[in-house]
Amino acid sequence: MEIRGLLDEALGLQHLSGRVVLLEDCVETSAAFVLHHLLKRSLSQPLHSSNVVVFIAFAQPLSHYDRILRKLGCNLAAQRDNSKFFFFDMLMDCPDEDNGKGGDGGLVSLYGKILKTMSALPQVNKNCVTVMIDDVSLMEVAARGSTNLVLDFLHYCHTLVSEFGCSLVMLNHEDIYSGMVSPTLILQMKYLADILIKAEPLATGLASDVHGQLTVVNRSIVDGERSRNKPCNFHFKVKENSVEYFYPGSRT
Amino acid sequence: MAGAKARASSFSRNVLGASSPQIPGLKHGPNGTMFISSGIPDLDKILGGGFSLGSLVMVMEDAEAPHHMLLLRNFMSQGLVHNQPLLYASPAKDPRQFLGTLPSPAVPKDDKSSHRDPDQDKGLRIAWQYKKYFGENQQNFDSQNGKHEFCNNFDLRKPLERQFLTGKCIDCASIQDSPNLVTLHDRCATFLSQFPRSDSNISCVGRIAIQSFCAPQCGYSNMEWDMHSFLRSLKGMLRSSNAVAVVTFPPTLLSPSSSIRWQHMADTLLSVKAIPDEDKELATLLTGYQDMVGLLNVQKVAQINTQVPVILEATTFSIKLQKRRYLVLECLNQAPIDGSSGSSYGTSGSCSGSSKTGSLDF
Repeated sequence: MEIRGLLDEALGLQHLSGRVVLLEDCVETSAAFVLHHLLKRSLSQPLHSSNVVVFIAFAQPLSHYDRILRKLGCNLAAQRDNSKFFFFDMLMDCPDEDNGKGGDGGLVSLYGKILKTMSALPQVNKNCVTVMIDDVSLMEVAARGSTNLVLDFLHYCHTLVSEFGCSLVMLNHEDIYSGMVSPTLILQMKYLADILIKAEPLATGLASDVHGQLTVVNRSIVDGERSRNKPCNFHFKVKENSVEYFYPGSRT
Repeated sequence: MAGAKARASSFSRNVLGASSPQIPGLKHGPNGTMFISSGIPDLDKILGGGFSLGSLVMVMEDAEAPHHMLLLRNFMSQGLVHNQPLLYASPAKDPRQFLGTLPSPAVPKDDKSSHRDPDQDKGLRIAWQYKKYFGENQQNFDSQNGKHEFCNNFDLRKPLERQFLTGKCIDCASIQDSPNLVTLHDRCATFLSQFPRSDSNISCVGRIAIQSFCAPQCGYSNMEWDMHSFLRSLKGMLRSSNAVAVVTFPPTLLSPSSSIRWQHMADTLLSVKAIPDEDKELATLLTGYQDMVGLLNVQKVAQINTQVPVILEATTFSIKLQKRRYLVLECLNQAPIDGSSGSSYGTSGSCSGSSKTGSLDF
């Protein structure tokens, strides 16, 4: 029905199963819309009706995502009632306050909750889970700057994901680390990722017609299809109910 | 958890619409947000209505000039004029003294005329292409009723009258004394607990102003992660309450990565910069250079409940004092661009515009 956008094309036709997707953005251009797109895609694909999303939100409250996703045509509240959408609000109940134990920023208990949620799922859903993290830099703040804690968490998630054949989508702000000498966290995240999506502003600045550009590097080996190692680059314009993708200069 | 709430909020939009206009200083924004005024009419217009309730506004200070104080003062005064409780934290020994420097709203009649005059002046001075924008502005001002204005024009030379300062819930905190951020966090938490966000009605709105958050006299410089998590939890608390916090900070004192981290945390990000007195290059580049006090850069506009970024026509504005009394912000664009006619011309124009402002970026 829907015309497939350049982003979907670059990501590959099939479900993201077993993939780790890293979204990178900067202050000027937010990549949150890609996250919303992937969330909608996971929840409303008719072929994959057994899809489940575990969403870990450090950046925004549920009402924010709910409103956006409703405009995209996906009702999060209904999906949650059907146990297809699990939301962990890490913004409101700051993990470092309600339990001051060990200074792990609540990441250990968060992982415990994710594990519990996933193991409680019926067998049909088990290998169609997408874990989404918005965003990792705030998780780092929750862990009081302990890169190791965050990396441990991500590695555990990665293990979980590869064990069940699920996918992991994480957002991080690349410009935070750009000035560091050895930005371990972002480097390790990039290493983990099969698909890298980077949102940047245009070199000429922001315009009302072009909100920025996306670079998609798909490192996953696609079975039977042509290899997609070539990075795709295209411009985008974010709208309330959709995002327009187009090649540079293809817009009149 | 919060899903039921979110659901109810969108269904009860009509109730909201019927009840809230009675509260002064509140305005409906898009996507179910509410605006309060920044205290500077021009800034409200630039931001599309004002500061959204529940948002964290961060102002990047200029290391050499106290221009951020202009924004803070107007923000605080506007809240007091609208009877909104205020929490003010600053690194000064006695923050309460700062209240004496708050500007007073201009007398309504005077206010109106003072608004008309500059507009007409500009109409004469400025190229005809801009006329349509002034037409819009005029309407905006007329539609406001004089009594409960959303945004007052503040007279910077007149101190705020005593009646606004006494008998109000003004909470002042000095962040110099406390050894860590727990005290400030607790004060913010207790302050914000007065304004829980309920779906049906907004009874009261709070404002938090934190000045020079990471200033050296606070002694937090070695507690970077504490500051990060303070801001993070402040943002979390704001989201669930009817309040706006304006936090100013000198980015030069932070490590670059921390500064960017804060910029990411901010919903609305502004920065101010002073204009050097004798900058010949700038003076030839910009018209009206003599009247300028500084530059304001709008780096990010809050995107609450939406994924669509707000793209402004211009991001750098000059801060001017009109008649040495009123704070006005003016666009720096020099080239006469008419965005509506001729798309190719328009786009090339905006490109050149942005590159020009880029040279003034900080």
